[in-house]
Amino acid sequence: MVRDTEVLVLGGGSTGCGIARDLAMRGLEVTLVERGNLTDGTTGRMHGLLHSGGRYAVSDQASATECIEENEVLRDIAGHCVEETGGLFVQRPEDSDEYFREKLEGCRECGIPARVLSGAEAREVEPYLAEDVKRAIEVPDGAVDPFRLCVANALDAENHGARVETHAEVIDLLRDGDDIYGVEVRHESGPGKRTHATPGTTEEITAEYVVNATGAWAGRIGAMADLEVEVRPSKGVMTIMNVRQVDTVINRCRPKGDADIVVPHETTAILGTTDEEVSDPDDYPEEGWEVDQMIDTLSELVPILEEARTIRSFWGVRPLYEPPGTGTQDPTDITRDFFLLDHADRDGVSGMSSIVGGKFTTYRAMAEEISDHVCEKLGVNAACATADEPLPGSENMETLEEGMDDFGLRSPVARRSKQRLGSRASEVLETDEANPVICQCEGVTRAEIRDAVSQSGSDLNAVRIRTRASMGNCQGGFCCQNMANELHPTYDEETVRASLDELFQERWKGERHALWGEQLSQAMLNYALHATTMNRDRDPASTEAAVDFAAFDGGGR
Amino acid sequence: MAIEDDVLVIGGGLAGATAALAAAEEGAQVRLVSYKQSTLRHASGLIDVLGYTPAGEGPLVDPFDALEGLPDGHPYERVGSEAVREALEFFDDIAGDAYDGAHTDANALVPTHGGTVKPTARYPASTAEGLASDDRDTLLVGFETLPDFEAPLAAAHLEAAGAPFAARGVTVRFPGLVRDDAKVTRYAHLLDHDEAVTTAAGETTARDALAETVRGHLEDETRVGFPAILGDDHAAEVRADLGDRLGVDVFEVPMGPPSLPGMRLEDLLYDALQEAGVRVTTGVPVVDYETDGDATRIDRVVVDRHGAEVPHRADQYVLATGGLVGKGVESERERVFEPIFDCHVPHASDRYEWFVDDVFGDQPYARFGLPVDRELRPLDAGDEPEFSNLRAAGAVLGGYDFAAEKSGSGVSLATGYVAGRRAGAEGGE
Repeated sequence: MVRDTEVLVLGGGSTGCGIARDLAMRGLEVTLVERGNLTDGTTGRMHGLLHSGGRYAVSDQASATECIEENEVLRDIAGHCVEETGGLFVQRPEDSDEYFREKLEGCRECGIPARVLSGAEAREVEPYLAEDVKRAIEVPDGAVDPFRLCVANALDAENHGARVETHAEVIDLLRDGDDIYGVEVRHESGPGKRTHATPGTTEEITAEYVVNATGAWAGRIGAMADLEVEVRPSKGVMTIMNVRQVDTVINRCRPKGDADIVVPHETTAILGTTDEEVSDPDDYPEEGWEVDQMIDTLSELVPILEEARTIRSFWGVRPLYEPPGTGTQDPTDITRDFFLLDHADRDGVSGMSSIVGGKFTTYRAMAEEISDHVCEKLGVNAACATADEPLPGSENMETLEEGMDDFGLRSPVARRSKQRLGSRASEVLETDEANPVICQCEGVTRAEIRDAVSQSGSDLNAVRIRTRASMGNCQGGFCCQNMANELHPTYDEETVRASLDELFQERWKGERHALWGEQLSQAMLNYALHATTMNRDRDPASTEAAVDFAAFDGGGR
Repeated sequence: MAIEDDVLVIGGGLAGATAALAAAEEGAQVRLVSYKQSTLRHASGLIDVLGYTPAGEGPLVDPFDALEGLPDGHPYERVGSEAVREALEFFDDIAGDAYDGAHTDANALVPTHGGTVKPTARYPASTAEGLASDDRDTLLVGFETLPDFEAPLAAAHLEAAGAPFAARGVTVRFPGLVRDDAKVTRYAHLLDHDEAVTTAAGETTARDALAETVRGHLEDETRVGFPAILGDDHAAEVRADLGDRLGVDVFEVPMGPPSLPGMRLEDLLYDALQEAGVRVTTGVPVVDYETDGDATRIDRVVVDRHGAEVPHRADQYVLATGGLVGKGVESERERVFEPIFDCHVPHASDRYEWFVDDVFGDQPYARFGLPVDRELRPLDAGDEPEFSNLRAAGAVLGGYDFAAEKSGSGVSLATGYVAGRRAGAEGGE
């Protein structure tokens, strides 16, 4: 029987994109489908920590060892997505010496470079640490841009011939007896390049093998073929500060607990997180006290957080999994290891495996293992090369630093662009056309926006995750209109208006959780600009009733 | 020794300036102190009175028709519709030729830089030829280096909004501009001074070069709209000059911040303040106040002048410090407050009740501000005036959503006018 594709990957997060890249590089024909945008599920909703493994060095040493190994790999293959910030595990006077010692020993047992700093030394590294901080362990934690990394994987998969289909929700698994042979998707995309098919239409995609990499949603996919995948979604809140109060990852050195990490990330710092099991990964409460807890608890480590401006908060769901029968009550105790569920072995249904658990830092190793599995199933003999081949944007980083002029951009803008684009910078920024800054907060120019549009079409949220435009202090209030302007004339007025509305709503969604102080003022300003100055809230083009233009003042002269 | 005046106005935006001018007209000795730059440079420069009812009906042809139906506590309801008319007349006198729209009660529909139209009562003369309710065909011109205004998109949007004329947009290079990220004031300056520029055709001047650039794109249109960068100090001259060279009427499409029409309005108001003899001190915050025995009467306020605390005493005070944007209303995680006098600001105790999920929904935070009596005196939680000699005007007032109603400027004018008149009358006695 002829199939549309050899391997069908469900899920456009880091795992799914990593698998698609791996298999495509091995020469397999791959199709990836994602319900929303790339990174829409868990990947786009994490704090951007590139684990050194220190976090798991006491409780989960297998994960810790894997983290430090992958941490080193990602610095090599994805340099333009990683910032080598370093990290500190900070001990306060009330935190146990015993645990501090265990953490230090654990790091050493797992091969994680670790060094003890006195309180004074730690404050030299991070001046805003609380004065009573006792000491700290220094580890090679880093910050990683999950959007950039995930998109780079998808791009490279496409470069190797894969089809990557976003805004395509799986609505059914195709099952023939005891064999799964594909999926039915519904295309929910708008016009433009988002559309590979007409919105609202469905498509059956058949495959030799299906990989369910939908993370917290894996149970739902399984249920479509009457398979039980007992994933335990667990939510966590993250709060974004408008500046980097710290330049190093700050962890609280105590056994598990909520609100124990601050990750510097581009122009911001992200506070995290909580760990609470939820029943539905799409619908769970997002509550103000969770945000307050982040600020109040982390202020014990970094007191100025109490006074600082937050720009938004967001929640993510972890795809936690533990083998049946383990019976762990507290989600923080569930291992961060991943599991490959081969439904042929497990349920007697061939053609599909599900991948659950795991964590962002080790996405590549997970992808490698699953790809090995898939190759074995399909009788393909090809080696994994993802640990050695740099991702698009991370080739020749040294040459880039040495040889690149600044394309007529002012230096801070050029620096930011180069960081984001890595080795793609010349290709994107070399233009004879005017290249003004579109997003002032993040220093994103027109050339970069247009490059993202060429990748992702009229979906401005997809442009956002590729460029960071609209992710700064103003949360899009000043720039999302300008981003939308760049869609024209490739896309028509109605499409542009719909994309703008969608982006503006999305930016508001996270900002609602930061509505006090400066950010409430900013929200009012954004609202005033869009409603008062532009009348976007009552736009006659978007309302049913026609306006009787002739009844209005037509001018006095 | 305190600085002494009859009336002290705190805040230098549209409401504060209007209050100061109205008080001065009563013969009072008036001082205006303001801290930060006014938010006028964020504003479009249009004078909206009421474009939509609080229930969302509109666009309203006649805003005065709808004033009577506003709910209790709305600033317009507090001052009454007659005061709104008087305040507009007051503004018209101040603005002179700089603003149009006084010839009719009807709202005008003005094209916005996003391409939709919005109802407004008074508009800068620079936008007068561009009204969407005027049916002449229109060419919109945008600049490659000005990403805020995509003229072809705005033209398509105008047609989608049902505008009764054909609209077309072109994007051109602004002659004489070297940098891709020049500020809008740089564009204005080039045209104001008609600076020498070099084009492919040789040495010429900025206005001439701009006209030449646009000429080839002009078809049958009899008016041409540009983003609002056509001069600052000599805007009328720049516009007329371009119009002469092109043989069409030229207008500006209002823009977001920094907004030249907003800045021109600010200049106009400050010139009027100077002419009226109002003493103006800018860049200084009011940090505290004191009562003198009688807790319901403000005796003096304390102004922080570069570290020195200078008492300012007046008989009457007008608070026109703006809303959330201008920081006349501030907030913390647990509360919303007015920072100078700590006047009562009604709000839900749970900050998750300050907003609704639809960004353009009925946002409670948009209504944050002071409740006032019909004298515009701020009221405490028990509906009693906070102070007998304090009035409030403009965006610091609560109970209305200026963004949804398109009523911000009108409320600032009407309440500024009423507060200023009354403060002037009482303080000047």
